[in-house]
Amino acid sequence: MHPPATEPARTAPLFHVEARIKLLGALALLVGIALLPRRLTLLYLFPSGVVLALWLWARMPFGYALRRLFVVEWFVLGIGLLTLLHPGSLPLFFSIVAKSNLCMLTVLLLTWTTPFQDLLQALRRFRFPPVMLGTLALMYRYLPLLVEESRRMHRARASRTFSRRRGLAWHNLAAIIAQLFVRSAERAERIYLAMCARGWK
Amino acid sequence: MVLRSVADARWLNMHLPDGFLDARTTLLAAGAAAVGIGIALRQVRTALEPRQMPMLGLAAAFVFAAQMMNFPVAGGTSGHLIGGVLTAVLLGPSAAVLVLTCVLLVQCLLFADGGLLALGANVFNMGIVSTCGGYMVFRLVKRMVRMDSTRSTVLASAFAAWVGTVLAAISCAGQLALSHTVPWSVAFPAMTYVHMLIGVGEGLATGLIVLGVLRARPLLVAGAAEKAPISLSGLFGYGLLIICGFAVFVVPFACRWPDGLESVARALGFDEHAAAAAVEAPFADYRLPFVGSATLATALAGLIGTVVAFVAAYALARVLVPALSASKKDAPTRN
Repeated sequence: MHPPATEPARTAPLFHVEARIKLLGALALLVGIALLPRRLTLLYLFPSGVVLALWLWARMPFGYALRRLFVVEWFVLGIGLLTLLHPGSLPLFFSIVAKSNLCMLTVLLLTWTTPFQDLLQALRRFRFPPVMLGTLALMYRYLPLLVEESRRMHRARASRTFSRRRGLAWHNLAAIIAQLFVRSAERAERIYLAMCARGWK
Repeated sequence: MVLRSVADARWLNMHLPDGFLDARTTLLAAGAAAVGIGIALRQVRTALEPRQMPMLGLAAAFVFAAQMMNFPVAGGTSGHLIGGVLTAVLLGPSAAVLVLTCVLLVQCLLFADGGLLALGANVFNMGIVSTCGGYMVFRLVKRMVRMDSTRSTVLASAFAAWVGTVLAAISCAGQLALSHTVPWSVAFPAMTYVHMLIGVGEGLATGLIVLGVLRARPLLVAGAAEKAPISLSGLFGYGLLIICGFAVFVVPFACRWPDGLESVARALGFDEHAAAAAVEAPFADYRLPFVGSATLATALAGLIGTVVAFVAAYALARVLVPALSASKKDAPTRN
């Protein structure tokens, strides 16, 4: 899994709607989907229609949505298979898979039309705890950096160790992650000093 | 990417997507998660210095980046870290609760991995039960064993990571059963057995990573310090919360008290929600005759597994720590 490379299209029609409205709308849609009966009925057509209409309106690319859906689909099916172990639960299985996919599409639509910063801003207006907001903002800012750094360390290690032993692979990966933590801590120290220098308290 | 996701060993993972939990369970789990985050916020506000605040954000990014690394498992499949106990050992449990909550929130929003409504359940399982429960095991084991500090920290963190993974899986199974999605007689053995295996990888990776940080910058490991990074009252609060959560999610099935859950629901006023959600419960008779025996057998296997995991963690600390600490020369200081 990679962090999404494509920022939401700024020209998308839903882009300029207030983030709070989009967040509340998505939550309402999710609750509606979650409360559907646990077997496929005609009621499922209603939220599907809403999701499809929003999908077309937001001009979310088909391939993008399917790719993202496909990556997490396996985990849905993994837990979904457990429900099949009980006789006569096929309707339940199908309804749960349908609900999960509708919910995932809703979340994808929300993030396709809303940049992460706007979502944070909306959460701030909803009185989300400031410590968490700061953590989320810093995390979003430094996530690509740390991912790139870990890839670099991984490449460097791989070019120096010529072995396919599994134990060695584990040892190397653990060393890289440990090193990544040390570097994150050092970076946090520098960020704190830089924030202080700019008058943060 | 497609092949990689197929080869990912966590098909049966703990990230509950939306649609699997009913309204009652969703609300109960969200309430429990909110209480846990509240405790963590209070603790962090009093205990954490301002200079450590940016570390929360960086640690969240670190956990996310670490989760992307694929550890090779048998047969071309791969698994990866969850990192709850690792974060708790490195930063203390309260910081870990906040960090894991942020990781789960971003995972849900940016990757649609784990549901937005199910976020409360996921935070409770992976951010609180696994993290704080694992941390308590860590403290207990570290105090119990008589070894030098490095060894006892590695042993305790490896074992605690295993226990944390299994505890979170049991809590997840309880939520699935309470929602009438998967009967307890299926959910409990399946989740427990699978995560007893996954936990081995989690424990091994956690032990190795903690050892790596201990060798590079020992002062960065909060769990190895003399002074605990959390007050006793905070630890007590987490313990109480986890016990209450298990009392609601797990005990009704494990102990066959059919009325316990209903009376709790009535007392908390969730009755109407339950009635609205369970329009047609397909498992009206999910308390099958072999439930008791399946639960008992799994619990027994879990106990044996705990002993085996402890012995394995002990062996890991015995064998690995001196061997790696002696060869300081090829320590990965700068790649």
